[in-house]
Amino acid sequence: MDHAGPVTQNEPARRRLMQFLLGGGLLASALAFLYPVLRYLVPPPAPDLGGDSVVAAKVGELKANSSKIFRFGSRPGLLVRTADGEYRALSAVCTHLNCTVQYRSDVREVWCACHNGFYDLNGRNVAGPPPRPLDSYDVHINGDEVVVSRRRGA
Amino acid sequence: MASAPEVSPASNRLVRWLDERFGWEQLLAPLRHKTVPVHKLSYWYFLGGITLFLFVIQVLTGILLLLYYRPSANEAFESVQYIMTQVQFGWLVRSIHSWSANLMIFTAFAHMFSVLFLRAYTKPRELTWLTGMVLLFLALGFGFSGYLLPWNTLAFFATKVGTQISGQVPLIGKPLLIFLRGGEEVTGATLTRFFGFHVALLPGITTLLIAIHVLLIQRLGMSVPPGLEAAWNALPPERREKPFFPNFFARELMAWYIALGVLGVLAAIYPWELGSKADPFAVAPAGIRPEWYFMFMFQTLKLIPAKVGPIDGELLGILGFGVAGLIWVLLPFLGGDRYGRRQVFIRGLGVFALAYMLSMTVYGYLAK
Repeated sequence: MDHAGPVTQNEPARRRLMQFLLGGGLLASALAFLYPVLRYLVPPPAPDLGGDSVVAAKVGELKANSSKIFRFGSRPGLLVRTADGEYRALSAVCTHLNCTVQYRSDVREVWCACHNGFYDLNGRNVAGPPPRPLDSYDVHINGDEVVVSRRRGA
Repeated sequence: MASAPEVSPASNRLVRWLDERFGWEQLLAPLRHKTVPVHKLSYWYFLGGITLFLFVIQVLTGILLLLYYRPSANEAFESVQYIMTQVQFGWLVRSIHSWSANLMIFTAFAHMFSVLFLRAYTKPRELTWLTGMVLLFLALGFGFSGYLLPWNTLAFFATKVGTQISGQVPLIGKPLLIFLRGGEEVTGATLTRFFGFHVALLPGITTLLIAIHVLLIQRLGMSVPPGLEAAWNALPPERREKPFFPNFFARELMAWYIALGVLGVLAAIYPWELGSKADPFAVAPAGIRPEWYFMFMFQTLKLIPAKVGPIDGELLGILGFGVAGLIWVLLPFLGGDRYGRRQVFIRGLGVFALAYMLSMTVYGYLAK
């Protein structure tokens, strides 16, 4: 039996195995360090404390053809009282790049100051860069409170 | 008496002491041998050094601001207000930090365009260009993250828009947005993150990259504009150079001193404004705009219609700038030979980019 033969044949295989074990071990420990770090970078989800409806204003607080910003959960909403005295409630977050929109009583439209986008009072994007309409909410009067609620199924 | 001036014995001993311990002389040798070409465009060589100087100013004034600044949504605005109104010379330190930041971005852009037009980015200086471009992006990151820290209305909405833009990136957009904001919305969590980026992460990476960038320049020597290089190679006695140390360095110091003077004047005459405290439930004020160096992108996004064919306009704009930025970074690899015909095309591209950025910026400030 030639003693050197099998050894030289096994040598590369054994080396590959060692490299695999060493490399795999290093890779595994690198992943074990990296995974918690990556998870750490993602903030825990914050609960949206808003619920489905909110008191946006008192009756009589808004004059005709004016508006106010109200808190709807963690996001701002826009309550508009039209020139006819009707209430409209929209999300105040511009669908373009997230700025907070405002009601312009001079043109009777909703305007975003950041990139000059316009919406009508139903929230439809009518001019400028906004790609989608604003979410619109239901408004009803409950005693002396103006209550805004999310549309069901919306 | 007539002999050459000698180094005083004490400093001589110190130099010898250092030399014996870690080869001080050997360490300084490359600096002594380095030369700077002398020609009518030599002034452009100062820009990189001035940018570096302004970065050092940023580090120093930034450390000073850290003594009083408090990174939380409830306290940030008040702490900057305190620096501006109560702390002795606080207004000066903060104004210098803000002015120096803006001048640094300006000189970095000017440095980049001068390198492009003088063809200093071509082989063998591809890596110098690459590290320089990453440094420019880091500088913009510094600007974007630092802008939010006073927690004022303008900064709040600029950050909302800026992070929302990064949220439009296909596939990784949403996770990236959550990562940057520390949640779905721009809140105090965003401020804390931006503070961390601004004072720890970015300075660390930037310092490392500056070291590589400067080392590469040291290894490769100063680039000579191609036309002149050809002339000098044809007629070697025409070559004009001066030693980097101390001749060029002394002039660079003068440039730094002038930059310091300009900074002092700007900070004293036009102290940086603070504005009003950010309110997440207030409307975005009219006339809102980002820092001037983002203006050309801001204005472009404003002009693109909501939909271009089936694609959202903003997505198209973002992809456009992304692709343009990538091409820009890879210019040394796309341009080929330093004297090749493609260089004419790249110069045209550079002129176009410069003209586009300038005109869009002016338009942005003039448009309502």
